[in-house]
Parts: sequence; C-alpha cells; structure tokens
Amino acid sequence: MLSDTERRELEEAVKHYPDKRGAAIDALLTIQRRRGWISDDSLLEIAQFLEITVEELDSVATFYNLVFRKPVGRHVAFMCDSISCWIKGCERVQEQIKKLYDVELGQTTSDGRLTLLPIACLGQCGRAPAMMIDQDVHGDVTPDTIEQIVEKYK
Amino acid sequence: MERPLTQHTHPDGTTRTFREYVQDGGYRGLQRLASGLAPKDVQRLVSEAGLRGRGGGGFPTGTKWSFVPMGPDAPKPKYIVANGDEMEPGTFKDRVLMEGDPHGLVEGMILAGYALDAEVGYIFLRGEYHLSAQRLNQAIAEAYAEGYLGKTIPGTGFRFDLHLHASAGRYICGEETALINALEGKRAVPRAKPPFPQTVGLWGQPTVVQNVETFYNLPHIVNHGAAWYHGLSRTQDGGTKIYGVSGRVTHPGWWELPLGTTAREILEEHAGGMLKGVHFRGVLPGGISTAFLIEGHLDLPLDFSSLPAQVGRLGTGTMIVLDDHTCPVGFVLNLERFFARESCGWCTPCREGLPWVARILTSFEEGHASKDDLALLDMHTKWLAPGHTFCGLAPGAMAPLQSALQYFRDDFEQHISRGRCPWRHKPAQLKVLV
Repeated sequence: MLSDTERRELEEAVKHYPDKRGAAIDALLTIQRRRGWISDDSLLEIAQFLEITVEELDSVATFYNLVFRKPVGRHVAFMCDSISCWIKGCERVQEQIKKLYDVELGQTTSDGRLTLLPIACLGQCGRAPAMMIDQDVHGDVTPDTIEQIVEKYK
Repeated sequence: MERPLTQHTHPDGTTRTFREYVQDGGYRGLQRLASGLAPKDVQRLVSEAGLRGRGGGGFPTGTKWSFVPMGPDAPKPKYIVANGDEMEPGTFKDRVLMEGDPHGLVEGMILAGYALDAEVGYIFLRGEYHLSAQRLNQAIAEAYAEGYLGKTIPGTGFRFDLHLHASAGRYICGEETALINALEGKRAVPRAKPPFPQTVGLWGQPTVVQNVETFYNLPHIVNHGAAWYHGLSRTQDGGTKIYGVSGRVTHPGWWELPLGTTAREILEEHAGGMLKGVHFRGVLPGGISTAFLIEGHLDLPLDFSSLPAQVGRLGTGTMIVLDDHTCPVGFVLNLERFFARESCGWCTPCREGLPWVARILTSFEEGHASKDDLALLDMHTKWLAPGHTFCGLAPGAMAPLQSALQYFRDDFEQHISRGRCPWRHKPAQLKVLV
C-alpha cells in the first residue's frame, strides 16, 4: 500500500498536469526513489492511484530505461558508451569495472552493492570518458582511477 | 565580441543566483512588456531577428510561432515546452546553460508564453540531469516568490505558470511529438504530422516545443532589438551559438561564438588543435545525426543557412572529431549501435533496419565482411532515407554512415581486404594517447 508520505508526493506531482495520467512518469520515479525499483505490487498501487490500468502503466514503465522493473543494487553505475566517451576509451574503463566487481552490464554484484548499466551520452563530452553513480557525475575516468571512484559507494 | 547568453555565467560552474541575474538586467524583458510591447510586437521582433531553433533543425522561430492560433477565438490553454532532453551524443550545450543560468530559461519561456498568449509552460528535462533539475527547481520557486510566475505581470493582464518535468530516459523523447506523448505520461513514440503541435499538441491544445538554447535568446532580442541581434552573427542567421568540441583535441569544451564561425577557427583557436601526434580526419559538426565534414569543408561558416545541403547541416553545433588513430568504421558502428538501441520500435524500417546496419558494421570490425556487405550498407542509406520512416531518427542515423562511406571508403575496403580491423592491433599506441 502507498504510505501517507508517498501518497502526498504523488498528489503533489499530479497538480502539475491537467489529468492524473500525465503524472505517470513522475509517479513511477517518485515511488522508485522510495523503494529502489518498481515491483508488480508497486505498479498496481501507482496504476490505481492514477486511475489507469496496470497494463497501460507497465507499457510506460517498460519503455523508459530509468524506470527499473527489476531490483537494482544499493548503487547504480551508469556507464556512458556514446561516441565521445568511446573515442576516449570507455570500453577499457568498462572492462576494468566488470573485472574488478565481477559483474556484467545489466547485472548487479552478488553482494547487492552495485548495478552496472549502459547509458546514452551524459553530456560530459568535454571530460570523456564519463560515468554517473546514483546522481553523481564523474569525468575523465580511466581504468586506473575507476576503483578509487567506485570505492566511495559502499 | 558580445556573448549575451554566457557573459555572466560563472567560469567555475556554480550557478548564477537570482540576485545576480536581476542585477545584470535579468527579467527586464518583462518590464518592457508592460511598457506597451504587445504579443504581436514580440513575435515580429523574433521574426526580424532571424532567430532559428537551436536544437539541430534550425527552423525559423518566428515562422514556427506564426502557425499558433491567436486572438479571442483561439483554443485555451496553449502550452510552451522547453526541450531539455539533451541526449544527442557529443552535445552538452543546454546543460551548461541550465546549470549556469537557470533564470535565463525561465524568463525566455515567460516571454514566449506572452508572445503566443500561452499560459502554461513545461521544461522537459532528461532524467540524468540532476544538477540542472535542482537549479531549475530553485529558479522556478524564486520566480514564483517574486511574482514573475503565477501572478499577473503588472500592466499586461498576462499570467504564466511553469513546471519542471523530469523524464526517465530514451533519446526519442527529444523528437517533439514523442516528447509530447512522454509529457502526457505515455510511451514516447512520435505522432503523425500534420496536425503540427502548434495547432494540436499537448493534450490536443496548441503547443510550441523549442530547444532550451532558443529560449535563452529571447530576453536579449526583446531588450536589444532585431538589428543588434543580427549584428552578433557573421551571417544572415541572427545571434550567437554555443559551439562545443569533443574528441582528441587539446582543449575539449564549449564557447559562445558568433553564428557563422568556421569549424577551423573553433577547432584550432578555441579547442587548441589536435593532441600532439594525432591528426584530423573528419568532424561531425553537431551531434551524431549530422554528416561528416572533412578538411575541405572547414572554412565554411557554421550556421543554418550556409552549409550546402549536399555537404551537411549544423545540427546542435557541438562537434565530435574523428582522428587518424580512431577507426572510422568502429566510430560509425558506435553511432549505429546507439541508434539501434534508442529506436522506439514504432516503425519497421527503423526497428529492423538499424540493428541490421549495426550487425553489418560489426562484421567489418570482426573481419568477415565482404563486398556485398559494403553494397548493403549503401542500400540502407537509401532504405532509411527521409520519407521511408515515421520520424527523423533513422534518416539522422544514415547521415554519418552515408558520409563515412563516401569519405572513408578506403577504410571500409581495407577491413574487407585485410580480414581484420587495421586499428585493433595498436592498443599500446592508443593507451599513450588517451
């Protein structure tokens, strides 16, 4: 069930749109911030709040890559793999982080600490290669500095 | 050289506060409205200024506005949307504007709202831009507290409300009709045009969707006029442009420069030329949906009118440089994988064609491509050309491919004749350069 706080946040989001459905993405992201991901149960609760069918909401939830329909780790590392980062060697950074934490793109480490995901250009092309962990952007990342960066996220 | 958009932004990346914005003349455009500047006067100013959309298409803003129904019988409400879904690879200009000077966007949107008699605005921001979101939310709250939003602007009878919509990913949201669907809480698939958003847009109402950078120009046009604005540029398109450079250059970054500055000047004078030991081969002038420019094009003015259509187009103005230590086939493969991943899947040519292109390019990189594969790539640039797909994503994806096939054909052929990527065997050399 939606908590009182969650319900209040959703009611706030809905105010910005002429119909409740307009707030579908805000609602998914709001609940995800609280619960980490969007489970089937969460999806149903949000759909009921928005007065749309759960299938309709799922068609939205599964379209957007920042809505997680599977559990993620305590931290999510988004690895930019677009062209400016590719020129500057993002593939080698990716190989290093996969090796260090024994995890593939799209997976979570066995201790539940870190989920690794690819991401479209983060707009940090002047300091490529770039990555984002949770909400923090890191630029000029190299295979040698990646461990030091990730170690801050326990 | 005047830099109206960025002359007051802080070089250290901190935000320009509300107080600083007002001290430097911010929100003065709204006072001009009260002194008798009617909506049609603002529209005329913008048309005369020659402002063209900064999102990549370069459509004249005044013309875009002219399709919006006006007058007492026009549908209500009308909407203004800022497209801040900056996800074009290599492009980071809107982020630096929104982070550095959030009030400039708020004021630009109020002015557009006034000109079109639209009472509600949305900033559509990509979900990954957390710092922009934080700073824009604060700017919106301050503008409400000061009465620039949510209250009638004294002397005008006009009132504007503004909301921030943080999106949740997917490149296709940058396409204006897909963006409208996303804003309505739906899957971001493009809509058929016509009807165009200016008449039937958000929730069926008249809607103008414009790139973030375009809005930043409006307060300056309203304050200083069309002649001054034309004087900023070196060509017939008015104003300045945020240009950027990434790749193996000495100083990657961004600069506000007169529209019509040449690529050579930007690459050599501002980006400091190529890194030591690497040489220039080509450049995508504005994001990855543009065609390569090569050495012979570098002295053409970079604006929306001067590049011959057969050469290419400016796009977002943020360039990505291809150097001689980077495989052009691998470069284009990276682009096509991006487009294949980001296709919304709505129309078949794009959904099926882009992964096909990516698979063929992979076979080049893996060393088992044949002459037939080269012909197949050529064919795709025709099969996915404008008119064959529902929106511009796949045709955009073909621009760098087609020009790479034209300018770097030898490199494609070498992958076939040698049975391997000629660049894949130089890892040690690459490591030194990065």
